[in-house]
Amino acid sequence: MTAHSLTLGRMLRFGLLSLGALLFLAPYIFMISTAGKAQSEIFSSSLSLIPEQWSFAENFTKALSRVSMPTLLMNGVIVCALIFLVQVVVAIPCAYAMAKLKFRAARIMMVLVMLGLLVPIHATALPLYVAFDRLSVLNSYTALVAPFSISVFAIFLFLQFFRAIPDDLIHAARLDGMSEAGIVARVIVPNAWPAITAFAIFSVVAHWNDLFWPLVVVSNQDFATPPLGLLYFRAAEAGDDYGALMAATLIITLPLVAAFLVAQKRFVEGITMTGLKG
Amino acid sequence: MSILALRGITKSYAGNSILKGVRLEAGDGEFIALVGPSGCGKSTLLRIVAGLDHADNGEIVIGGRNVSSLAAADRNIAMVFQSYALYPHLTAGQNIAVPLAMRRLTAVQRFPFIGNFLPGQRRIRADIQRQVREMASSLKIDHLLDRKPGQMSGGQRQRVALARAMVRRPSVFLMDEPLSNLDANLRVHARGEIVELHRRAGVPTLYVTHDQSEALSMADRVAVMIGGTLLQLAPPQDIYEDPSHIEVARFLGQPRINVLETRLDASGLVRFGALTLAAESAPPAETPVLIGIRPEFVRLSARPDGILSARIERTEFLGSEVIIHARLDAIGETIVARMTPAEAGGLSVGMPVSVEIEPDRAMLFAPAGERLPAKTVAVASVPEKAYG
Repeated sequence: MTAHSLTLGRMLRFGLLSLGALLFLAPYIFMISTAGKAQSEIFSSSLSLIPEQWSFAENFTKALSRVSMPTLLMNGVIVCALIFLVQVVVAIPCAYAMAKLKFRAARIMMVLVMLGLLVPIHATALPLYVAFDRLSVLNSYTALVAPFSISVFAIFLFLQFFRAIPDDLIHAARLDGMSEAGIVARVIVPNAWPAITAFAIFSVVAHWNDLFWPLVVVSNQDFATPPLGLLYFRAAEAGDDYGALMAATLIITLPLVAAFLVAQKRFVEGITMTGLKG
Repeated sequence: MSILALRGITKSYAGNSILKGVRLEAGDGEFIALVGPSGCGKSTLLRIVAGLDHADNGEIVIGGRNVSSLAAADRNIAMVFQSYALYPHLTAGQNIAVPLAMRRLTAVQRFPFIGNFLPGQRRIRADIQRQVREMASSLKIDHLLDRKPGQMSGGQRQRVALARAMVRRPSVFLMDEPLSNLDANLRVHARGEIVELHRRAGVPTLYVTHDQSEALSMADRVAVMIGGTLLQLAPPQDIYEDPSHIEVARFLGQPRINVLETRLDASGLVRFGALTLAAESAPPAETPVLIGIRPEFVRLSARPDGILSARIERTEFLGSEVIIHARLDAIGETIVARMTPAEAGGLSVGMPVSVEIEPDRAMLFAPAGERLPAKTVAVASVPEKAYG
């Protein structure tokens, strides 16, 4: 009896979860489907997920030939990697200091971090644009990376994580002769991988997909990030060639999907191994 | 000759005075147990000695050098933490090697990748490895060197923590309740080991514990700290038998010492049952005083003598001894006696008994707690039999 009702309950849960998953995946599935359709079929009145005529090769060739896809992807990788690297290098020592060192400004810094969380990039976009223009750094990696180098979100995330690291561990490191920088590099970072992985997912997803800021500071195709490249592609090349456009979109989302699937596994591992008991 | 000296250490947090002028001197190779109830400031004191916290006043002298203003790393002090504080991402061997690597290798030599190509680095690392293995084999943890702390038991972690602290031959050794996370059997075993290690290393050790039996059984001298003040520092037997303060007497000894309130009479004598004590430096007559008498010096017998009678409330059989709680008829206070099962043979709950106190063992304290020198002046005849 209980076994039966349990299976019924489980079936219901699975059903609901599958439905939800399908709902979220629907646009992506539709995108894959459209990437395989010919122009005439996309605009036909009938709607089917399976293309009548397989045009994947055609659409992908167009997507790869009309826009310099390697440059876009490379720009995406460089910008995301630089942003993530700088964010981590800045945020970890900062969060360590706020979590484990006693100094007078700690409280004010905490308030500033919380305030920083409330200010969106759109609010500061204009002054930043003007400043970058004056500095003549528009259309460069600097313009794409610099505004994101200090992430209050990263500081906040690491701060929460570091607070859970026992004080004794840091005391032991001090007695063993480590400097504060040494403690960060040798004790904090090796034990913070779960937090770093979690933050990497947030940071890379946000900046890989970001269209707003690249649109503001980049007008040269050589520095275009994938979403911006896609925009150029649609405006200049594809027109209403949605098949090719969807193929291009598929190409630029694939690395992220792959990276996420790989990192997700580590992320879950990370959460289960947070047992930081000495 | 004192190797470690603390002079007038004070510390307060947010207006609360945690340490009130602590003075302590430890000789070469001396093992001092710092014992006190939780919150008495003993861990704070240890942290100040280690350099992890700063004293408001006072100085710390190690080997004749004032180290008060030095950073923790420059004091050459090793510490074993209650939580062991092993680096979770390193193996036991790497954990033990850390303090050596930090001291023997330069910053550039320790640098990942680049350091591997520097001259001399390989030889120093090999030497460190040799020392780690020697240390490990002396603590019998050779087989654990490749394991991470998460894969070890509490006792094994404790040994690794000891090894990490001892490997670099510190000038002072600090231990912050290193045994309190072990189970009871292991704890008693580990006591002996720590004492043995200490004897071999010959380094002055400050050992913080809240467990009085650890303090009494391990230390050369015991320091009792209560409410931020170091009340007494003496060898275990002296501090147990001759406490200078009522709090020291109360803290040491299990079951706790019996404390009975009474008064000096007009002639400066204290009478309690068959006991008569004379305070040597006689305080004013009629002042209240406290009599302290340890449970092992209290005898209860079923034959009422009419001098000090009581009724048994509770008995605890502990195998080699029996703890008996009896309520005194005259003042309604409970007195605790510790007797052998043979002596306690005929006694049962509810039984009226007479109380005898071994005269030379009673101690007199002022109401504020200081010990008053006293001597027994007259003893009513006590049956020989009661003393076995």
